[in-house]
Amino acid sequence: MFLGSLIYGFINSAILALLAMGFNLTFGISGVANFAYGAIYILSGFLCWICINSLGLPYLLCVLLSILCAVAVGILVYYLIILRVKGLALSEVMATFGLGLAIMELFRYFGFVGFRYTLPVFFDGSISIGEVFVDYQRLIIALSAMGLTAFIFIFTRYTRIGLAFRAIAQDERTALTFGIDSDFIGALSMAFGSGLGAIAAIVILPLGTIAVEGGYEVLINALAVCIVGGLGSTVGILVASVVIGFAQTFTANYLEPHWMILVSLIAIAAVLAIKPSGLFSHQKELEERI
Amino acid sequence: MKRRKERIDRGIKARSEDIFALSSFREMAYLLLPRALPVLGLLCFIPLLSAYWREVFISTATYALLAISWDMLICAGLVSLGQSLFYGIGSYIAGILNHYWHWSPLLTIPAATLTGGLLCTILLLPVLRLRGIYFAMVTLVLPLMLGRLVEATRILGGTEGLTGLDPFPSQLTAFYVVQLGLLATLFGFRRIIGSDYGLIIRGINDNDRSVMSAGLNIYWYKAQVLFMGASVGSFTGAVGTHLDMFAGMPGFSLDYSIMPVAAAVVGGMGTFAGPVLGAFILVPMSEILRALGALRIVFYGLFLVIFVTALPEGLFHYIQRKYHQFERWVEVEK
Repeated sequence: MFLGSLIYGFINSAILALLAMGFNLTFGISGVANFAYGAIYILSGFLCWICINSLGLPYLLCVLLSILCAVAVGILVYYLIILRVKGLALSEVMATFGLGLAIMELFRYFGFVGFRYTLPVFFDGSISIGEVFVDYQRLIIALSAMGLTAFIFIFTRYTRIGLAFRAIAQDERTALTFGIDSDFIGALSMAFGSGLGAIAAIVILPLGTIAVEGGYEVLINALAVCIVGGLGSTVGILVASVVIGFAQTFTANYLEPHWMILVSLIAIAAVLAIKPSGLFSHQKELEERI
Repeated sequence: MKRRKERIDRGIKARSEDIFALSSFREMAYLLLPRALPVLGLLCFIPLLSAYWREVFISTATYALLAISWDMLICAGLVSLGQSLFYGIGSYIAGILNHYWHWSPLLTIPAATLTGGLLCTILLLPVLRLRGIYFAMVTLVLPLMLGRLVEATRILGGTEGLTGLDPFPSQLTAFYVVQLGLLATLFGFRRIIGSDYGLIIRGINDNDRSVMSAGLNIYWYKAQVLFMGASVGSFTGAVGTHLDMFAGMPGFSLDYSIMPVAAAVVGGMGTFAGPVLGAFILVPMSEILRALGALRIVFYGLFLVIFVTALPEGLFHYIQRKYHQFERWVEVEK
């Protein structure tokens, strides 16, 4: 029981980290809160499903296609919508929120509701760690969460574009004087965020069905992790997802499963009461707290 | 030849801004008509419609009230994406009072308005320090989580909700309760924002730090604004509960969050009349488009995107400008 809780808690943390990563990346770099994030997650899941089941393409191609589509959607959304209201936080939030709503409800309208909308797992089967059975898909989730974290870490430190990302995040005007195009980097950040969302969708969705409600849930989870961890901080996201993930799993195993939802609520409330800008957010603390 | 558009206040606007408005009936009519005509239409004309359309206008007014409450928060720079929090809490309080203690709607509605406002204010108090999207994120998350909490813990009737509540005596009573509430809120809030007190609130939105450096405690003012907005939202929830004779999880649904925002954005933010105008356009329109089902929400979402990016000022500001000013093309001076 305890070992199981530990392992599944870790996997739950990995899921939360995967979900929050894309949202956090976009926000951390360009300051755009992409409330259409849940919609992009669902969109890539459904696209992958359509590619597999309606077009009959090989699985790997479908995965690549749906990630590319999400990236394209991210760039389009940035240039068509966000760029027009850049800097007006309120308008950005409402525009992306409206767009996300439109995308998700469109899927509901076209009848994408039911149990048949599932993605296949990468490898069938499971292994046992001690006495706990873990299926391969969950292992892949944990591995890809760690892999993507490492990728982001290396990317933002050792490549030109990654360094430009961090420059824009730290001070946009100074970055402009170094010849970094903030619009282009903003579009790239949306593209990266959406791409990460799509990867998360493809890795996580095989565990359950693709549902429109899942989009809202993803957004809520991503927001909860980001609020607790502090927006724009990768370390904060990791710590927050570990804390919330383990807390959720232990609550589900030792108390009752339906108290799980309380965990993120309490975590949010506690963090807001103690340190409103999140556990690890120091960069923009002053602006957030007034 | 380059030309530009010049906007000049109409003479009548300048004249009617002061005590001179009383100098002639024309000035008085200029001031009164845009206010009196919608009020008269609302109270006298709409009750003559069929029962079905009266029902539509009742729900229109509830959304308009939620939109006004959203607008009040915007005046202090608080972006809420969770008006359903206010609605849901108001509806649950009225439902509990009526279901367990059998209070009549006459008592539950005022009680739910006040306690709901207070409860929401206390719930959001820790978040008041946050600005912009941080506040928006928390308000978006909170009602959805509360709904899930009710579902998970099965308190307050769980997914079934509280059913069999007392209805209003007649549809017309409900109609007048909602419409009078709407008008009182509309004109009351406009008056508040126009006063010196409202100046502080708008100041918080424009530049909170300078308000702080004037020695004013902005959190106290924000809490007051939140209380006003939340009370109006809870009033709406309480009325809605007695209309549906049901209080339950749908009160926390996204519908009550997105619709007011869409109405306010379409109508024009920060004016209170704009959100009402927006609601009176969007809700009856969605009633006409009822056949589309889930596609309605798609339209709301797209409306939101289009208005935010292409027409950020909203309809009411546009109409107001045309009413007060005239425009003409002039040559650009060299």
